[in-house]
Order: sequence, then structure tokens, then C-alpha cells
Amino acid sequence: MNVNLLIWRQDGPDQPGRMAPYTVADVSPDMSILEMLDILNEQLTARGERPVEFDSDCREGICGACGLVINGVAHGPRSACTTCELRMRSFRDGETIAIEPWRANGFPIIRDLVVDRSAFDRIITAGGYISVNTGEAPDANSVPIGKVAAELAMDSAACIGCGACVAACPNASASLFTAAKIAQFARLPQGQLERHRRALRMVEQMDAEGFGDCSNHGECEAVCPKAISIETIAIMRREYLRATVKSA
Amino acid sequence: MSQLIAHARTSVGRKALMAFTGLGLVLFVIIHLIGNLTLLMSAEAFNGYTYLLKRIGHGMFLRFAEAGLAAFFIGHAYTGVQVWRKRTSARADRYFREGDAGGASQKSLASRTMILTGPVLLVFVILHVLHFRLGPGEAQGYVTTVHGVEMRDLYRLVIEQFNKPFIVLLYTVVQLFLGFHLFHGIWSGLQSLGWTSKPWLPILIRASRGLAVVLAVGFVYVPVHILLFIRPPAPPPVAEAVVEPGPPTAPAAETAAPAAEAPPAEPAPTPAPTPAPTPSPPPAPTPPVRPGVLL
Ligand code: FES
Repeated sequence: MNVNLLIWRQDGPDQPGRMAPYTVADVSPDMSILEMLDILNEQLTARGERPVEFDSDCREGICGACGLVINGVAHGPRSACTTCELRMRSFRDGETIAIEPWRANGFPIIRDLVVDRSAFDRIITAGGYISVNTGEAPDANSVPIGKVAAELAMDSAACIGCGACVAACPNASASLFTAAKIAQFARLPQGQLERHRRALRMVEQMDAEGFGDCSNHGECEAVCPKAISIETIAIMRREYLRATVKSA
Repeated sequence: MSQLIAHARTSVGRKALMAFTGLGLVLFVIIHLIGNLTLLMSAEAFNGYTYLLKRIGHGMFLRFAEAGLAAFFIGHAYTGVQVWRKRTSARADRYFREGDAGGASQKSLASRTMILTGPVLLVFVILHVLHFRLGPGEAQGYVTTVHGVEMRDLYRLVIEQFNKPFIVLLYTVVQLFLGFHLFHGIWSGLQSLGWTSKPWLPILIRASRGLAVVLAVGFVYVPVHILLFIRPPAPPPVAEAVVEPGPPTAPAAETAAPAAEAPPAEPAPTPAPTPAPTPSPPPAPTPPVRPGVLL
């Protein structure tokens, strides 16, 4: 199949960018969209042009490094699917595919399709941890965790931190990411010690990074490659409000 | 305290405030609709309802409720504008192509236009208060007697107003905006306060949207029904309007309107068949029991 591409090209962080047109011929429908971009880059390199920069690592949907806004939707048209897992058979032959980076002030563009997601690291640093004794590895099962609690915690812990929630949110809010981390720990016995502090600090950091407010559009859940529910955001709010009452 | 204020100013706190005030207003809207339905029953039912509102707590209830409502409106509008401003600052560069993810998304035209439907409703509420709450009262001849107490005949005023097709059209359009706003607003408020959890979330969303539709339909139905089926009652003859012990020289119940309440503002649409209100009230004794005149 042949595809036409409109790709965001931007030389550097504060440079102006534009949507540049490309055409890639003889694409296999079984290729991932990143493999298709690899082919484009080979052609560009052969022509002596600067290849399109984008992030990826595992290319099997588990690391969270990849992330493109494809035809206006983060991670493209398939639900619960990362960009790297998106196959070209999801597109029509001859289709014009628009490819853009995550757009949010909290995610400044470094070059082309690569954005700086270190804001997420700072949100994690603010409270996404638990206290453990150092030294020997703790005994397995020394802290019993109920099956239901473990499963519910895993629902949130499935977050790979790709940032699609921010990219898809009409308000550029990082609520689903932050909520997933808060909810994950709130549901485990190990997370209780810093429970209130965590909720307050992570929300504060999320705001400080310049992300918008959550208006409950739910677009984040629809694009999340791990299909994390916006119920998680309700948990974050409960945690935050409870911490507010406790600290008052 | 300062910490509490700081928490209220975070993205989560702000939305919680917005949700609390918004859901409070939803509660008010529900009660308002129930009250409106008494319009369809009889003049006695509706005026009895307004009488009840005024008498609860010797008039204190109404004062508190009105002050609370004003505070809720202001708080809701203020936080709403802040959320909107934060949105514009959080994504300076827009997408070249914007799509909808579909699937689990709850994004809709309603959810994306809250900042437009909100101000429309705010302007409407101000006009609506001027129209009825501060509209013509006893001084303009809208007098009736409920449980032996002389009070404002709000029923006649409302029926008269809703016999004007333009007014009905205006109210209908605004109620559609209300339904739109609540279509996203009700469940979103529950979510913002963290009052949702997984098995209930889809049910709550549907129930909230259903409630929004019911409210909008109800608010549209009442004026349309009045326009089609209910004609305004004749204004009481001037001399008989006053049933009270007083010197017979008092002509048309034109006694001092309570200045503590709002001044009897002259509204734009003056009712046609009023018995020529006299703006200068002669100094007549006030009737004994009058718990507030304007409603
Ligand atoms: S590259 Fe690892 S999730 Fe896509």
C-alpha cells in the first residue's frame, strides 16, 4: 500500500515548525507505523535530508517511550494500543495520515515528534514512592495483600507513563497519569504511610508543571494504551480531598 | 486556614469547588422545576407554594436560600472561568488535526461548550430574576390572598408573561442551553468530587444525562403548556383587591412596598391589563401580616 504523510517538522525546542508532506510507497499492511517511519527515514537519509525524529524503545507496547498523535488522536485510531503496536492495516491505501507530537506546555517539543516528558518524572519524584527498609530483601508475603486489592492496584499500575492522556486531553491535563500513580499506592498496604502526603504533593507538582485542569471529558481513558479508567481520577480526588480534611 | 485556601486553588480543589457549587445549583433547579409544575395545577397551588416559601422560618429561609444561591452562582462561574483560562495556557500550540478517540471517551459537544453555555445561563438568570423576582408586584396590582394573607399574585404575572410567544421562545431556547450544560455537568460534578467508582460510573453517567434531559424537557414544557392552554386570570377589581381592616380611603392596596427588599423595578414588559398603577402611594396604614411582598 502507499500512504501520504503530513509530519510535524521542527528543528529545535523554540523553533517554528510546520506540517511537511511525504509519500511512502510499497508499505506492508503488517508493518507498524513506526516501521513505516523507519522506511521513510531511510529514504530521507539516502536523499541527504534530516530524518524524522521520534521516540521508541521496546516496540511491543510495554515501555511507554513511543507516542504520536495520528490523525488527531493520541496513539492513533485503535483503542488500548500504543503507537508502536499500531499496524498499517489500520489505514486505507492512499490515505493521508497526519502525524504530530504530543502537544502540551508541560511537554515541550525537543525536535520533530520528540517531546520532553520529564515533567512526569518530577511528578513521580514528588510522591510516587513508598518507604522500605534497606538491606536484605524483605521476606515474600511478609505484608499480606488481598487478591482484590492487588488486582485493583494493578489496574492503575499498568500505566506506562507514555503521556497520551495529556496529549488527548482538551485541557492538556495530566490527571490520568497522576491519578494512576496515586491510586496504585493508595490501594496497597505498602502505600499507606505516605498516603496523604503523596496525594497533596503529586497534585501540587502536576499543577506546577503547567498541565491543565481535568474537565472530565474522558478522552484520556479512550486513548490510554492500558485502558486505565477515569475512575482512577475519582480516586485521586477522594485521596486529595481526604488529605485536605486530615491536614486541616 | 491558609492551607485550606491553598488546597482549594489546586486543580483538584478548584474542580471540587466547581462541582460542589454546580451540584448545589442542580438541586435548586430540580426544586425550581417541581415548583413550576404547580403552575399547571391552579392559581391556588402556585401561590400557595410561593406563600410556603416565604413563610418557612418567618421568611428567613428565603433570604438564606437566595444569598446561598447567589454565592453558588458566583463561585461556580469564577472557578469555571479559571479552568477555562488554565486550559488555554496549558496548550499554547494547537493540533493541526483534532480528532475524537471515541470508545470510552465522554467528550461531547456539551462537554466542550461548558464555557459558552455557562455564561448564557448566567445572563439568563439575571434577566429572569429581573423579570419575575423583581418584576411587578403588589404595587402594580398583582395582589391575591393566600390563607387569609394578602400577598403578591405571582401566578397571574407568570401566566401573563408566558402568554407572550416571544417570552416562551426565549425561555425555551435558554432551557435547551441548560439541558446541554447539565448533560455533561451533572455526572462531571459527581466525578470531580470523587463520588464515582467503577461499576457505578457508566450508570451514573447515563442517569445524570437522563436527569439533564428530564429537567430541560420539564422547563420547556411548562411555558409551552401555559402558552397553549392557560389564559391569564382577570386582574382583581381595584376596590376589591384589598380585603383588610383599613380605612376605605385606601384605593388599590397601594401601601408601602417593603423597601428592605428590592425596589419595585419597572420591568420592560409591563402587563397590559393592569388597573393603572398609581406610583405615589397615599399614606395608608399597612396591613397587619405581610411576610415579604415580592417573590
Ligand atoms: S515503544 Fe515501548 S511502548 Fe511503544
